[in-house]
Amino acid sequence: MNNFSHIGKKVSRPDGADKAAGRALYIQDLTRPGMLYGKIKFSEFPHARIKNIDTSKAERLPGVKAVITAYNTPEIRIGFLRDNFALKKDKVRQYRDEVAAVAAIDPEIAEEAADQIEVEYEPLPGIFSPEEAMKEGAPLIHEVDPRGRERTNNILPLKFHHESGDLESGKQATKFVVQGQYSTPLVQQSCMGTAGCIAEFDMNNNLTLWAKTQIPFLAQRDFNRALNDMGLRGKNTRIIIPALGGGFGTGLDTHAYEYIAILLAYRTGHPVKILYTRDEEFSYLSPRQSSQTKINQGCDAKGKLTFRSVDVLQDNGAYTSWGATYPSVMMLPATSLYRVSNVYFDAKLVYTNNTYCQAMRGYGNPEHCWALESNMDELAEQAGFDPYEFRLINSNKPNETTPMGLKISTCGLEESLKSVAKKLDWAKKHGKGKQRGVGMASLIHVGGGGRIYRSDASGLILKLDDFGNVNVYHGGVEMGQGLHAVLTLAVAESLGVRPDKVFINPTDTGTCPWDVGTHASRGSFMAGNTAILAAKKLRSQIFRLAEDVFPEEVHKNLKKHKTKNPDYEPPEFDVREAATEERFELKDGFIFLKDAPDEPWLRLELGRFLRTIHFRDQGQMLTAEVFYDPPNERPDFEKGLGNISSTYVFGTQGAEVEVDTETGEVKILRMAAAHDVGKVLDPEGLRGQIYGALAQGIGYALYEELQTKNGKIQNTNFRDYKIPTIQELDFPIDLEFIETNDSFGPFGAKGVAEPGLVPTAPAIANAIYDAVGVRIPDLPITPEKVLSALKNLNKQTEKRRTAK
Amino acid sequence: MRREISFFLNGSEVKVAAMDHMRLIDILRDTLNLTGTKEGCGEGECGACTVIVDGQAVNSCLYPVFEVEGKKVVTIEGLQEPENRLSLLQQAFVNSGAIQCGFCTPGMILSAKALLDSNPNPTEAQIRDALQGNLCRCTGYVQIIEAVKKAAINIRDSE
Repeated sequence: MNNFSHIGKKVSRPDGADKAAGRALYIQDLTRPGMLYGKIKFSEFPHARIKNIDTSKAERLPGVKAVITAYNTPEIRIGFLRDNFALKKDKVRQYRDEVAAVAAIDPEIAEEAADQIEVEYEPLPGIFSPEEAMKEGAPLIHEVDPRGRERTNNILPLKFHHESGDLESGKQATKFVVQGQYSTPLVQQSCMGTAGCIAEFDMNNNLTLWAKTQIPFLAQRDFNRALNDMGLRGKNTRIIIPALGGGFGTGLDTHAYEYIAILLAYRTGHPVKILYTRDEEFSYLSPRQSSQTKINQGCDAKGKLTFRSVDVLQDNGAYTSWGATYPSVMMLPATSLYRVSNVYFDAKLVYTNNTYCQAMRGYGNPEHCWALESNMDELAEQAGFDPYEFRLINSNKPNETTPMGLKISTCGLEESLKSVAKKLDWAKKHGKGKQRGVGMASLIHVGGGGRIYRSDASGLILKLDDFGNVNVYHGGVEMGQGLHAVLTLAVAESLGVRPDKVFINPTDTGTCPWDVGTHASRGSFMAGNTAILAAKKLRSQIFRLAEDVFPEEVHKNLKKHKTKNPDYEPPEFDVREAATEERFELKDGFIFLKDAPDEPWLRLELGRFLRTIHFRDQGQMLTAEVFYDPPNERPDFEKGLGNISSTYVFGTQGAEVEVDTETGEVKILRMAAAHDVGKVLDPEGLRGQIYGALAQGIGYALYEELQTKNGKIQNTNFRDYKIPTIQELDFPIDLEFIETNDSFGPFGAKGVAEPGLVPTAPAIANAIYDAVGVRIPDLPITPEKVLSALKNLNKQTEKRRTAK
Repeated sequence: MRREISFFLNGSEVKVAAMDHMRLIDILRDTLNLTGTKEGCGEGECGACTVIVDGQAVNSCLYPVFEVEGKKVVTIEGLQEPENRLSLLQQAFVNSGAIQCGFCTPGMILSAKALLDSNPNPTEAQIRDALQGNLCRCTGYVQIIEAVKKAAINIRDSE
């Protein structure tokens, strides 16, 4: 079973060479004949009535082809709850609201025209925190809901709730309890390639959109609905994905700028491109949600968790994206990280006049892991356990079902805890203080799809040509994570061809089968499983047809061989007798019989076989299509129950840090990471996924934060919003992959795109506590926060000393 | 104002008309259609637009085009060998898993090339110094450093 030809072997990603040569084409690089450039005019107030929009100056500028507002275009409702609009009418609810847009012959004219649009506002009182928004009499962000019913408060109509076991009896069995409150900030995904699209209509009014999306097929549904709203009933959208300059969750929703490009393209009859500048990306693209989490959990004298109670408060901003459903993922660690039987979870989402948010890698899990794994350390200390031992006592095990109903198949949590403890030299280093410390944190995440939509499926088509090439059509999105490398390996391995004979076609809704989207770390899992199923279909077709074709063709081989080698005596072997479908094998692009003698003429090259069946009478060509919906359940999120994924991943990260008590500066000395990945498919690609995620986790832990002032984002460039540079990552990272060979996973593998950043921040925070005894509950852990916590600690020690 | 400017691009002399306000990246991407040079921020903060001017890695988004008069410019398109072969440095990036989304890659490779051209045997600290202006959000930089180290060895071995 583990005798793989390609899986787990070093391979170059198929898009690597073009990217290294600067030849991969991103949305930034694409143009269309006659293309115009769109520019958006954004709101200048966080909450205001629009009294008047004067577009006359902009319209008069030479080179301007269209100026649109909500007042001269059809209403297009967008967003997860359809509470947002492509262009805003009557009222703006956040600084970044789109109030008008222009299309012009070049980007400079478009920018000038957008500047010359004059909007008159009547400011309204703004609300910038969920607490304010929930106060009695707080101004309403939305006066009516999407169905036109009056709203009475700012709380979203989304329920995420879970109760299992008996909290009270859990509390009675409790010896130690710790309550804590933790928060995480707004974070920008910071794709190196900014957001953009090109919209183009043909003369039948069907739309093609080159989009930076991770959900081509859900986007097609959204845009087709918009075409309907525009009066183009029954018209279709084709979505083509160029090379993406990163994704990280930014492509899980359709965006106002895309609808605006569509409106402009329709109005002008030209293709229209909208491309965000870096400042626009920071200011007007939805970031990762901020969160506030209260945790109360307890354990008995033996250190076993007895109950866990979690309340989440989420600032939704002004509108609702898919990202609002973060609590659907927060529930996983809340109910299922470590064994705990009496659980309460509730999340409240509240409208404010802050920027609305969207998905980012981890999707609620890093937010919750931050709270939970900080609290686990606090509880361990309270109960007098080493935090590593405490985690081992409560570790999940294989083949168990959690309170949420997650069916854990394989589970490498114990191994990952042990691995990190060993790598950090835990026993020797923990609890020594002296400004140096070690800490760890773990995670659970979906690893076998994540059914948050009606279908969690993915399709794949394999089309064989006359040359033994395999053309692959798959709806998953390559955004840098290495999906196409895994797809290549999976197809080559399961079909039996060399990887260089596998060609991945660009993701295009016009040619690829449906896929729910590249999210929830599901890309490799789905690509691998669909490849295995499609290859199986092709192999059985090939082997059936080979019963006739193979004996004839190898007979020709033998004749040729004999001509070249007159003295050759073939071994005794009746090919026609042996040629039954179950005895065939296909490997490295050659068809042969498993038990046949190893003779060069007794092999048939796949291309030749395919030409033979193509060009004979009633010829045929081979294609296989599969549609795979993994065995998982769409949870009832109001009850917090359901096996959302077919398998789950686990992992532990650890940090050793040094804290400068003069400056509050935290220096990471080294990090260790052990991840249960099921099975390593593409070793270099996998390393890159974990290193890259871990780097994002370090930014999240120590410095990344979008600062807002009355709803306006203040740090809108890489000078003021720091992401890790190569200088910050100057410590060793000791990485280990734990192979649990999951039976649901392709070749045993589970999805691991997100986990690498989930436990990073709490691992660092726990190390800081071990080093200097201060706990920072609010990310990021800036030197100022550390310093002020150290001062408080000193004051307390001082007080205690004088009291004695 | 519109003026003609001439410089050496990837070994050949080019003459193009440019406007005063233009930046080197505009000439490369828009006038010459060399889209291998990427614009990630337009403010000199991310390094995606890095090219080599007279041996120095520079941000082409901050480089006024008229300052390039008479100088030697190398872009990512200039590294490719005949018959679609990658240079040893590019190949090392591919082999090391140093490329994910690839948007930072051309700039990253050119910063590494400027380093290796002047210092064929850099220490890890020198590699970090040379690449500190190039942001990457995907890789965490580990395999990028491995790639530059490997390229340094391969280039030395090939000479």
